[in-house]
Amino acid sequence: MSGTFVGMPAFPQAAHEALGNAQLRRNLAHATGTIRAKRQRLVDEVNANSDWEALRLAGAGVKESALVDLATHLETLERTLTANGATVHWANDAAEANAIVASIATRHGVNEVVKVKSMVTQEINLNEALAAEGIAAWETDLAELIVQLGDDLPSHILVPAIHRNRSEIRDIFLSKMAAAGRPAPADLTDEPAVLAAAARSHLREKFLRAKVGVSGANFAVAETGTLVVVESEGNGRMCLTLPEVLVSVVGIEKVVPTWEGLDPLLRLLPRSSTGERMNPYTSMWNGVASGDGPQEVHVVLLDNGRTNALADEVGRQALRCIRCSACLNVCPVYERTGGHAYGSVYPGPIGAILNPLLRGVGHDDQVDSLPYASSLCGACFDACPVRIDIPSVLVDLRAQVVDAHRGGVPKAEALAMKATAVAFSDARRLRFGERFTGLGLRVAGRVGARKWTSARDLPPAPRESFRAWWKRTDGGRR
Amino acid sequence: MSARDDILGRVRAALAGVESGYDVPVAPRIADVPDLVDLFAERVADYQATVERCTGSDLAARVAAALPSGARVVVPDGLSVEVPGGVRDRGFTAAELDTFDAVVTEARVGIAETGTIVLDHGAGQGRRAISLVPDLHVCIVRTDQVVPDVPDALPLLAPGATEGRPLTWISGPSATSDIELSRVEGVHGPRTLHVLVVG
Ligand code: SF4
Repeated sequence: MSGTFVGMPAFPQAAHEALGNAQLRRNLAHATGTIRAKRQRLVDEVNANSDWEALRLAGAGVKESALVDLATHLETLERTLTANGATVHWANDAAEANAIVASIATRHGVNEVVKVKSMVTQEINLNEALAAEGIAAWETDLAELIVQLGDDLPSHILVPAIHRNRSEIRDIFLSKMAAAGRPAPADLTDEPAVLAAAARSHLREKFLRAKVGVSGANFAVAETGTLVVVESEGNGRMCLTLPEVLVSVVGIEKVVPTWEGLDPLLRLLPRSSTGERMNPYTSMWNGVASGDGPQEVHVVLLDNGRTNALADEVGRQALRCIRCSACLNVCPVYERTGGHAYGSVYPGPIGAILNPLLRGVGHDDQVDSLPYASSLCGACFDACPVRIDIPSVLVDLRAQVVDAHRGGVPKAEALAMKATAVAFSDARRLRFGERFTGLGLRVAGRVGARKWTSARDLPPAPRESFRAWWKRTDGGRR
Repeated sequence: MSARDDILGRVRAALAGVESGYDVPVAPRIADVPDLVDLFAERVADYQATVERCTGSDLAARVAAALPSGARVVVPDGLSVEVPGGVRDRGFTAAELDTFDAVVTEARVGIAETGTIVLDHGAGQGRRAISLVPDLHVCIVRTDQVVPDVPDALPLLAPGATEGRPLTWISGPSATSDIELSRVEGVHGPRTLHVLVVG
C-alpha cells in the first residue's frame, strides 16, 4: 500500500528536488525548531538538579556494554524470553523476518494485522511483504496512518508526516478512510483535535477486532526477558494488549543487558526525542502474562546488516542509536532537504551513517552518496543522547567509499571529497577541514564534479566557513 | 546452519579482538527534592492531567465525584475503595470494555521528577486492557508510593517484571503532535486522566 524507497535517486538529486519545495522546508524548519527548543529546556532542567553529560555517558555505556558482549546477551535474552513463554525466532535478513511474520499471521488465518509504529518493520518492508500474502498491515500511529492513507513515504523518524499540513491531512482522511475502514465524518474540519478524533474512531474499529498485532521494541532487557515500547498516542498499548497474538521484530542491537540499564535510557530518550520529561505511555511485557494481553507472543531477532556494522571498528557505535531523532532536528542539511532525500527509513545524520554501515559501500550510488550528506558541523554529536560521534563515522565512511571505487574510474564526488576525508580524519580538527572544503569544492568545480556540488544549498566555495556561518545566523534562522 | 547460529557466529566474528566486559559509568541522581509529593502533583498536572490531593477518609467521595453521573465504570479485583455502581472486571472482551466510560485503578509507583505513574497490574490495578479502552482513567496513588526519579522506581518494579507481570508507565493522557506539531490530548488511550494522590 505505501511506497518504498527502492529506486530513489541518489542524495544530491533528491536533495535538489526537495530544496525546491517551499512548503516542505517551512514545515520542517518549524518542526525541528520547536522540538529543538523543547529539548534544550529539558537539558537545562536536568543540569539544574543533575548532570546531562554524565547521564549521556551512562546511556552510551549501557549500550556499549550490550554491544561488546552481544552474543552472550542475545543468548541470555533468548533464554529469558523463552522462559517467559515467548517463542524466539532468528532472521538473517528482511526476507527471513517477513516470512516468519507472514507465516504466523497465515497460521491464524487472518487477512489483517494492526501495527505499532516501528522503524525496523519499515526497514524490512514488512507491509509490502504481508500485502503480497494478502494480509493488510494497518499502521496505527497517527502520522503513519496519514502516510499510509496518502500512499506516501515517512519523512522524519518522530513525526513522519511533518511534510503534510492540516488541510492536506483533512483531504487524505476524507478521500481515503472509507476504502480502509470506518470513513471520516463528512463534516470533518482541519482542526488537529477533530482530525485526531477521526483517527481515533477509524482505528478503534480495527483495534477491537484485531487478532494479530505487530510491533518493534525500543529495548529488550536480556536479564529479565522484557520488551519495551515507548509511545505517545496509546495505539501502541492497543496493539500490544488487545490482539490474541503479538509478533515483535527486534534488531539485535536493541538488547539492554540488565534491568537497571533501562534507567539512563528511559531518562534520555523522551527528553531527546519529543522534548518531554517522559512520553505518555511506555509498555513493558515479559512474554505471556496469564490472563492479560496476547496469549501467544513471538519475538523475531533480526540481523539485516547489523553484524556488518558491528564489524566496523569506527562505525560500530552507530548501533548504540536509540532512534530519538535529536540529530535530525539539529542538522542543517536535514532541515533544508527533509527526510525523503536520504532515500531510506533512516534519514538525517544517523541515516547517513547507518545505511552505509548496514548495507555496505561500493555497490549502490544512493548509499555511497549518503556519507557526503553532511557539512560535518558536529551538532549531531552534541545532541546525541548516547554520544555517537557521527562526524567521525562519516569521515571514515567517506574514505571507505573512496577505497571501494579505487581501481576503477574515480567518481567525481570521490575526487572532490578525498582530500577533505583525510583532513577530517580527526573531527576535532574540523576548523582546519572546513577551510579545506572550500578548496576541495573549488577543485571539484574545475574537474566537473557537478553531481554533488550543484545540489548543495551553498555556493560552491563559501567565503565564510560553514561553522562560522552557522554560528552567525543560528543555522540560517537569523 | 540455522539463522541463529549464522547470526551469533557473525556477531562473534565481528567482535574478535574486542575486549569483553564494559564498565558502565553510574548514572547521576537528581539533587534531593524537598517535597516529593508536591513535585509529583505538579509534574503530573503539567501533562494536562487532573490532579487532586486528599486524605484516606475522603477518598471514596473524591472517586465518586471524579466520575460523571450515570457513567458505566469498570473496576479491577482488589480495589481498596468502594466505587458506587462499579462493575467488577470479569474478563470482558475488548468490545465489551468499549461500552464502559471509565475505569478506577490503583498504581504501583509514582515518579516525581517525570510525573509518571507506573502500574504493575497487580491487585487493585487490573489487567492492561481495562485501564486502556475506557475514555476516563481515575488513578489512585498513595503518597508513600512516590519516589524521586526513574532510578528509584526501577528496583521497586523489578520483582513484578521477574514474576512476568507487564508494566504500564503513564505520563498524562494520551497525546499526539503529529499534525503540524499541535499537541492534541487524547488519541487512543484514555483522553482524560484523573489522579487522586492520597495521604
Ligand atoms: S544517532 Fe543519536 S541523536 Fe541520532 S537518532 Fe540515534 S540516538 Fe538519537
